[in-house]
Amino acid sequence: MSLAEQDTFLTSSRHNSNAPSGPLESRWTKHKNEMELVAPNNKRKFNIIVVGTGLAGGAAAASLAEMGYNVKAFCFQDSARRAHSIAAQGGINAAKNYQNDGDSVWRLFKDTIKGGDFRARESNVYRLAEVSENIIDQCVAQGVPFAREYGGLLANRTFGGSLVSRTFYARGQTGQQLLLGAYSALMRQTSKGKVKMFARREMLDLVVADGAARGIVVRNLVTGELETHTAHAVLLCTGGYGNAFYLSTNAKGSNVTAAWRCYKRGADFANLCFTQIHPTCIPVSGDYQSKLTLMSESLRNDGRVWVPKNEHDTRPPTQIPESERDYYLERRYAKYGNMVPRDIASRAAKERCDAGYGVGETGLAVYLDFSRAIQEQGEGTITAKYGNLFHMYNKIMDQNPYKTPMMIYPAVHYTMGGLWVDYNLQSTVPGLFVLGEANFSDHGANRLGASALMQGLADGYFVAPYTVSNYLASNKLSEVKEDHPAAKNVLVDTRNYLEKLLSVNGRQTTDAMHRKLGKILWEYCGMARNAQGLQTAIKKIQDLKTEFWNDVKIMGSGEDFNQDLERGGRVADFIEFGELMCRDALAREESCGGHFREEHSMDGEAKRDDANFSHVAAWQYQGPDAVPIRHQEQLKFEFVTPSIRSYSE
Amino acid sequence: MSTGKLSLTLKIWRQSGKDQPGQFKTYKLHDVNTHMSFLEMLDVLNDQLIRQGEEPVAFDHDCREGICGSCGMMINGQAHGPDNETTTCQLHMRRFRNEETIVIEPWRAKSFPVIKDLAVDRSAFDRIVQAGGYISINTGNAPEANSVPVPKVDADLAFNAAACIGCGACVAACKNASAMLFTSAKVTQFALLPHGQPERKERVLQMVAQMDEEGFGACTNTNECQAACPAGITVENIARLNREYMWATLTSRN
Repeated sequence: MSLAEQDTFLTSSRHNSNAPSGPLESRWTKHKNEMELVAPNNKRKFNIIVVGTGLAGGAAAASLAEMGYNVKAFCFQDSARRAHSIAAQGGINAAKNYQNDGDSVWRLFKDTIKGGDFRARESNVYRLAEVSENIIDQCVAQGVPFAREYGGLLANRTFGGSLVSRTFYARGQTGQQLLLGAYSALMRQTSKGKVKMFARREMLDLVVADGAARGIVVRNLVTGELETHTAHAVLLCTGGYGNAFYLSTNAKGSNVTAAWRCYKRGADFANLCFTQIHPTCIPVSGDYQSKLTLMSESLRNDGRVWVPKNEHDTRPPTQIPESERDYYLERRYAKYGNMVPRDIASRAAKERCDAGYGVGETGLAVYLDFSRAIQEQGEGTITAKYGNLFHMYNKIMDQNPYKTPMMIYPAVHYTMGGLWVDYNLQSTVPGLFVLGEANFSDHGANRLGASALMQGLADGYFVAPYTVSNYLASNKLSEVKEDHPAAKNVLVDTRNYLEKLLSVNGRQTTDAMHRKLGKILWEYCGMARNAQGLQTAIKKIQDLKTEFWNDVKIMGSGEDFNQDLERGGRVADFIEFGELMCRDALAREESCGGHFREEHSMDGEAKRDDANFSHVAAWQYQGPDAVPIRHQEQLKFEFVTPSIRSYSE
Repeated sequence: MSTGKLSLTLKIWRQSGKDQPGQFKTYKLHDVNTHMSFLEMLDVLNDQLIRQGEEPVAFDHDCREGICGSCGMMINGQAHGPDNETTTCQLHMRRFRNEETIVIEPWRAKSFPVIKDLAVDRSAFDRIVQAGGYISINTGNAPEANSVPVPKVDADLAFNAAACIGCGACVAACKNASAMLFTSAKVTQFALLPHGQPERKERVLQMVAQMDEEGFGACTNTNECQAACPAGITVENIARLNREYMWATLTSRN
């Protein structure tokens, strides 16, 4: 498909960012001051649906309930505490400047804008940096056991793309501890009856009535029953779409279904091609592999990345002398060394492996070596910092990283793209708010380490509660109940869809189909992309979609606990989604952040095209067989000047 | 990393629903790669079952990194299988021998009713947390984070307790199906932190009351829970829970 066929490029009022104007430092405060408020007594008259109970969803549901709204919270896991935020390891950024190393809100803002390769809104990112401090306060007060110094104050460490120590952490389990904090707040509100918790429910569609999001249809995963829930606003906090690639560091259940169904109901999907390939993951070992495991970026604080200087060197790493090792990150990026941002570290690993210097059985791995750190700091210190990660590596690889370097390779980890939202986190469907990884907003084309937790909690605790209130206070919403025609139609659509899935009765398993999709995406829309490959991928995915609906085999019935059916629905959506991701990657004729187009590079580094692509691409659904419309939201840089992102000097 | 292949006999508990009778069914699985995780081995079995037109084995799982707490099954009578401090998803097939028979059952506890096959309902844990497993602080109320120093030793101990993943192995391993390890870990985390002091007494009283109401058994200090715990939660927490409970019972104003 040529660009001409991709439909016209439009700039429209549909994607007004609604960001406030004026001095950057006071925009959020000014915006809050100008918002409409809901009277305390009226809050209990409003019902709010929150889908997903990770950092964004858990925090938002708890905070809105504390304010007095009636919240219904949904998750597909058996408990709200199991949302995938729990697996985040390394830490959370905040501009506290506790280390007296020159950090500030401004610097965190600037690092994040630059780290995102100048593809995020200044107003959003500044707000994120601004509320980062409140997040730490909130979490500590909830009893989150962050790492501390001997004096009893909070400890910090450094993450990629930054020259200051601003990352707060709880050993290698930061996500777990932050999520349990949000979960405990959520459970507190549940006990008060302000939150009604619906676990083991999967959102399958959005109810749009009179032009606004007014409810959802979910499947009770235990009984198979379809349920309609209505409310005055819907908050989608359902995470990213990394599992489109089949192999990723995401949890097995992480999926794009809820977001994709919202897209089909009018919520535009933005910047899908911005996917983050994390440099330090445990390499693929076999066809049976069900997921990839991340080794936290924090390891690069002390671990040194290298490959042998000789091609196809098969000696064990400990027998390769220092002089025959190529610490290629330190060589190429003198200033940041091993702490370059993720997209850069990943591409550098791929470059070395493609050139024949990779290690391990497959040649698709590089070393992450702790020998010097252990020598200098002692094994005890390294254990205290990374003990659980070393333990996990040992479990999976059956090798002791204290004695021999880890083998790592990049893997799909995080998705910067997501549903388009304005400054208020509202999508193109009024009343549908999108938080956390599920939206596209704050990380531009590449997310810096320890910023996902920050964004999820910022959106959930400190942004959405205000903007959702403002929406409720400034709109007159008529009553919508389960018997509203729009709700009834959506329920029928969902039932028909599930029946269609179950009736294909072909020969291939849902997993086999998913693996095929993953292979296409990894090959053509992975760490490096080009126009020809992406066109091939689009064709292959269209064929795969036909194959899926003719040949998938899903066991069991819809009226039961049926994990095969759950998988089937998710894979069907990933296939459709994958096609759009490739279209987005094809249309973006530049390299930036996680999106590397081979045609647009200079000396192996990404070549951005600010003249033509300094915009957000938001895709509007046009029906099952039509090509969606690609809209543009122009990005304005008033406070930082986009520059070539250099980490070498 | 040398790769081996195993042939296995699997005896798996199959149960179609909560109130349905269950039974063991035997399956043969060949060419099991020793680098596979235990759940990947079950994936391969399920793939085989679906191709044969049989219903796959239902089991809870999600992150497959040992942190979400979704997975959990009795493997040859041991919760999460033979390895120390290891969840089922982190257990690898290199721990098994060729021609071995592996018996796989769901968590066994009255308070964790079976939903289907190996998947159980652990919502009782959520209700224990709802009873008091939190610090009552609304969003926006928090003081500056460094305004309250926490001695590192307390912070580290609190962290050790907070590492609980809520998988339920402690309950499944206990002959009394007691939830003391789970409950004590949460009580300990907050009892050790200055932020948890205002609600310290009510918390332990309410959480223990809820634990009892859910039908979990009493603790008889056999320490099976500690042995089974994939997150390294120790019975020291149970001792602390008992002290906290006694102290709160004697001194609570309510």
